[in-house]
Amino acid sequence: MKLHTGLAAVLLLAATGPLFAQQDFAGEWAPLYHEDGPERLPGPELADYTELPLNDAARLRADSWDADRISVVEQYQCRPHGADYSMRGLGNLRIWADVDPITQKIVAIHTHLLAWDSERTIYLDGRPHPSANAPHTWQGFSTGVWEGNMLTITTDHLKENYIRRNGVPRSDKAIFTEHWTRHGDYLTVTTVIEDPVFLTEPLVRSDNWYLDPGQHIGIFGCEYASELPKPEGTVPHHLPGTNPYLHEFANYYGLPYDVTRGGAETLYPEYRSKITGYHPPDHCTRYCTCTTLFNCNLP
Amino acid sequence: MKWPTIAVAAALLVPAIRAQPADIETLHVQGNVFALFGGGGNVTVQTGPEGVLLVDTGLADAAPKLMAAIRKLSPGAVRYVINTHVHADHTGGNAALVKMGATPEMPGPARVIAYLNVMDRMSTPAPGEPAVPAANWPNDTYSTPYKDLFFNGEAVFVTHIPNAHTDGDSIVFFRKSDVLAVGDLFMPDLYPFIDLAHGGSVNGLIAGLNKILEIAVPAKYQEGGTMIVPGHGRLCDEADVVEYRDMVTIVRDRVQDLIKQGKTLDQVKAAKPSRDYDTQYAAQGAFISADAFVESIYKSLKP
Repeated sequence: MKLHTGLAAVLLLAATGPLFAQQDFAGEWAPLYHEDGPERLPGPELADYTELPLNDAARLRADSWDADRISVVEQYQCRPHGADYSMRGLGNLRIWADVDPITQKIVAIHTHLLAWDSERTIYLDGRPHPSANAPHTWQGFSTGVWEGNMLTITTDHLKENYIRRNGVPRSDKAIFTEHWTRHGDYLTVTTVIEDPVFLTEPLVRSDNWYLDPGQHIGIFGCEYASELPKPEGTVPHHLPGTNPYLHEFANYYGLPYDVTRGGAETLYPEYRSKITGYHPPDHCTRYCTCTTLFNCNLP
Repeated sequence: MKWPTIAVAAALLVPAIRAQPADIETLHVQGNVFALFGGGGNVTVQTGPEGVLLVDTGLADAAPKLMAAIRKLSPGAVRYVINTHVHADHTGGNAALVKMGATPEMPGPARVIAYLNVMDRMSTPAPGEPAVPAANWPNDTYSTPYKDLFFNGEAVFVTHIPNAHTDGDSIVFFRKSDVLAVGDLFMPDLYPFIDLAHGGSVNGLIAGLNKILEIAVPAKYQEGGTMIVPGHGRLCDEADVVEYRDMVTIVRDRVQDLIKQGKTLDQVKAAKPSRDYDTQYAAQGAFISADAFVESIYKSLKP
């Protein structure tokens, strides 16, 4: 009898123990905005390229960007965020898993985001990425591997999109890597964007979510319409050297203009010692707290 | 770079692409339509009970491998070939694929459809250009704005795009499969080759890209729906063409502005009006350099 009990205990342990590393991410997750709130919620200010390792091509592309393009070019109006921008937490997130009934291993994880009803499948079954000639999509093609209890996801086949919503581009050749870790009711997603077209070094950021079982994700919906009639084929943009708004951000916050232009050097703490001529406003008047969309001191 | 440089570039097109590996990759686009990559320009294949229709035929020496790939899709006869334009990386296999694509039941010859100017360019090459064997010439030209046919259960629209990549461009729309084959009007990873020597122009090219956008309909949130087979490079949809149309339009506008300022070609090139797109479309070794692209726009616009 004792022998049988011991054997049963061993079997029970084997059945519930970590035979293979994996973590349960399934559930309803709400984004936290204590990091980079102004950029993520109301949206970035024009010509704010701070903390982005941009090359000159990206900088000029952003300088030339005109927000009228969204109003004039119909095809921009229902264009969703790419997978990388989606994970900045611009909407609520649902995660669910497919489990192999034989092995009980997770073979795929799915995500659904409020914004544009964006859905993504992260394959964990070892399948290869598609051919270079296959189509690219907004959410790209994602595969994941477990590193202990951390899930590392690699996404490629992304359509061209933006790193920041003020015209800073991210190319269709970028590779997007995520590291998902769960700490109780919190999910931390560390993201790395490598873009040989527009970045001089990887862009590393992190975003956090909290478990919100009562969350309800509604239907997004989007229908394009001509908002600002222009001749067919019009593409609004600023010619080089003519964008009148490039200094607004620097002037408002009393920042030297060079600081706002971004670049790899501006990512690191040592850069602060090189900044001269910083004259911050006497007191904060906008975007002072910004942990939700409704307390951002929007003018 | 002087004017003849563009013509030389055109003549060099075939060697540039010939250097690519000739392994053929086949991808199902959607419906009855497939795309073959690696034989020069992309080849679009429509299959069904009535046989095979090809849009473009790749390089001449890639024909055996292309035919082997086609035969994996269908045992049927090649009944139609539609050439999107005159260049040899899209028409070089015309004769070979028509010959190899014949069957005892359908000995052919297949109809080789192209805009009239393709025939003119092939049959009367400009001085210094190599002659094109008569077997490669189209045998069914059109000179109207469009031509249509019905094959394998779907309508196929062939639309002429005037003075764009060349003066003989056609785009081909498979209405039921919802696939557009657009030739070299669109190459997602490369600057366009505006072949001025063969009647191309930047404004015609932009008009052609806008025509593609007019036909294409995305499925949801600007993704999928009408799929687009470019002349070179990966499968795309409308959103990819929007990025490309925007790029060509913006660089065109910049060059136009510099011309209005009275800048010479050398000054325009020195201003590098495409420099924010060069890392994307003119990677090291790309067929069309940033300078060549800017020069073709300048010469296309300069009165």
